[in-house]
Amino acid sequence: MKNLNASSLKRWGSLVALYAIVTVMTGPPGNQSAPTLGFTSSFSESVSFFGLFPAPRGLFFAVLFLIIGGGLALYRRTALKRVLSGARTAVAPRYAALTQRKATRGVFYAIVILVAIFLPHLVTDPFWQSAMVSQIAIYVLLAIGLNVVVGFAGLLDLGFVAFYAIGAYTTAWVTGALPAAAPFHHAINPFWAIPIAIVFVMIAGVVLGLPTLRLRGDYLAIVTLGFGEIVTIFLNNLYGVTGGSTGSNQIPHFSIHLGPLKYLWGLDPVPYYYLTLGFVVVFLVIFSALEHSRVGRSWVAIREDEIAAESVGINPLKYKVIAFAIGAASAGFAGVITGGQSLFINPATFTLSFSINILVLVIFGGMGSIIGVVVGSLIIQSVSMYLIHTPPAGFQNSDLYIYLGALLIAMMIFRPAGIWPSKRRRREIKFVATGEELDQINGTSDVNGEPV
Amino acid sequence: MSGFFSYFTSHFATLGHEFWPLLVGGLATGFIYSMVAIGYTMVYGVLRLINFAHSEVFMSGGFASFFLTKWLVGSGTPSAWQSVLYVVLGVMVGGLAGAAIAALVERVAYRPLRRRKAPKLAYLISAIGASYFLFNLAAKEFGRINFAMSPPFVNHALFQFANAPVEMLDVITLVVGLLMLFGLDRLVSKSKLGRSIRAVAQDAETASLMGVNIDRTIAVTFLLGGFLGGAAGYLFGLKFGVVYTMGFTPALKAFTAAVLGGIGNLRGALIGGLLLGVVESLSVAFVNGAYIDVVSFGVLVLVLLVRPTGILGESLGRAA
Repeated sequence: MKNLNASSLKRWGSLVALYAIVTVMTGPPGNQSAPTLGFTSSFSESVSFFGLFPAPRGLFFAVLFLIIGGGLALYRRTALKRVLSGARTAVAPRYAALTQRKATRGVFYAIVILVAIFLPHLVTDPFWQSAMVSQIAIYVLLAIGLNVVVGFAGLLDLGFVAFYAIGAYTTAWVTGALPAAAPFHHAINPFWAIPIAIVFVMIAGVVLGLPTLRLRGDYLAIVTLGFGEIVTIFLNNLYGVTGGSTGSNQIPHFSIHLGPLKYLWGLDPVPYYYLTLGFVVVFLVIFSALEHSRVGRSWVAIREDEIAAESVGINPLKYKVIAFAIGAASAGFAGVITGGQSLFINPATFTLSFSINILVLVIFGGMGSIIGVVVGSLIIQSVSMYLIHTPPAGFQNSDLYIYLGALLIAMMIFRPAGIWPSKRRRREIKFVATGEELDQINGTSDVNGEPV
Repeated sequence: MSGFFSYFTSHFATLGHEFWPLLVGGLATGFIYSMVAIGYTMVYGVLRLINFAHSEVFMSGGFASFFLTKWLVGSGTPSAWQSVLYVVLGVMVGGLAGAAIAALVERVAYRPLRRRKAPKLAYLISAIGASYFLFNLAAKEFGRINFAMSPPFVNHALFQFANAPVEMLDVITLVVGLLMLFGLDRLVSKSKLGRSIRAVAQDAETASLMGVNIDRTIAVTFLLGGFLGGAAGYLFGLKFGVVYTMGFTPALKAFTAAVLGGIGNLRGALIGGLLLGVVESLSVAFVNGAYIDVVSFGVLVLVLLVRPTGILGESLGRAA
């Protein structure tokens, strides 16, 4: 019993708490006439014990957590940890050298793009083909947009969905699919909605941002949260303009009429997949360029220390508004695509849950890391869609929200930089871990601290 | 121009004969906002953070007291003494549930980050995660419809105030709200516990050097704020029923109230809550009821623009 000191007791306590939470959140639902039913049957309901024999859920999860807890304890105590970390330090420099070579990165991107191009031919299930557009590609676009606001500039925007809604409704308006009179006399193609929608959302972003961005970060979060709700209230209640809760009439599909070049997008999701993919690539290129530009560096400076940034001549408000407007623009853009692709839009789509879903993608992938956010979005959205398409026993679609909320907390506790941190964050983490001088890690000075 | 004037004169006429009923209703709602705003303001005082999960503290108080009331009252009509007892029990159980959830949120979503000296953004994100987790869990466990709470008393008009009937529920809200806010004010300004809260709010590092246990003080702050928030959830539930999303809008308004009064300032939360409740209620005479939330949001943006420190000013640590 020598090992049962306070810290290991605490560790086991946390494990028991985690066990209870996981058992309940994956368990069966309750109802208002039996409020404790969901909790008790989470432990008592019979499940298959690793496919061997039926056992109560409580027991199944207890064994599962004992295995995990025992494994962790073993990992901590034995030489395994040392061996693994030794292997990691041995491999890391060679891996880093490999990834830093331009040629390797070029090959990597080429493979990714080829896979993306051939994906619709590999995945032919209609559910997945449509999910690839409306649930994955568009979410990637939204996530890399929110990453500019949350990741680069460090501003928590909880009303991101509002800009997405404004984009979608502008599309409906411009193409004459709303009760409000359309600005043009004949029906036009959603492509023309893109510039108009982007101007609209940028104006909305600036109007919302100018008064609130000079405030503390947490005030901004709550004001944007309120803004998201207000936009939904207006969409729901301005029947004559937005069509109220039923939303728009039919929005026309995208089409191209350029001389001999004619193409009409239709109900088939594959052409929309390519359209969205093209836009995602364009935005990825723009945002990557932006990250290392003067603007991108200003954002990082403001995010890390606003006063210091201001003292070297960066105007925080200006750059925050720019971040806000650019993030809003990409959301508006995604709204246009959604409008054209889904034809019907109504306020029920544009809820707080949507904003939080996008936030989870950014946090999971890694705030400020473009590749991380793309990878994170692909993973989370694919897993979510998999759960919805082939639900395991007892899973309801709304359980996803619970998991996403838990994931947000878990990421902040265990891996705040995300699964794929940006290069800058990786350096910072390494700095904290090893105590190496920052400019040594950055390569701006040699081992003796002399500038190179 | 005459259209503009007639708009206002006609609406002021409505306001004229509806003024007292709207005022009474607004004050009752205002007390609920104040009680929730206290939770924001206290946590802000000690952590300099907005507790985004406070809406779920409110919601859990509502649900706990809803189930209790349903079990106690059943289908019978309680006698006068039973009514008093049930209301007290409802307030206590709602408050305790709120306090428990607030303490849990602090333990799970805040303390690990504090240990790591995480940036502010991390706290906000984990608190939003906690809020999202909790209200969706409530939806799963208790269902997604709005449940009307049958009050443990007969809700008749007790007396006339000007031309406004004052109902039993309004009086209960007023009495509970006043007692709790007064009690908290005394507790924070007089007791040793309150002194430690104020010390942490003024300067956490120095307070810890003086022997104040920071972790315990922060936990107690969450418990106290959670208790008031949970009790407010009960009072709100009596009037509007309980549903898993019930915390969202009132919490947003309570936050507005806290900012309006001056965040970190206990009396500011009271004044802000009452003022917002009344403004919102009176605005019904001018705008469509569907847009009430827009009015509160407008108040928030206006306060942040014109006087971000609020009416009484931020007074972290002085608690008055």
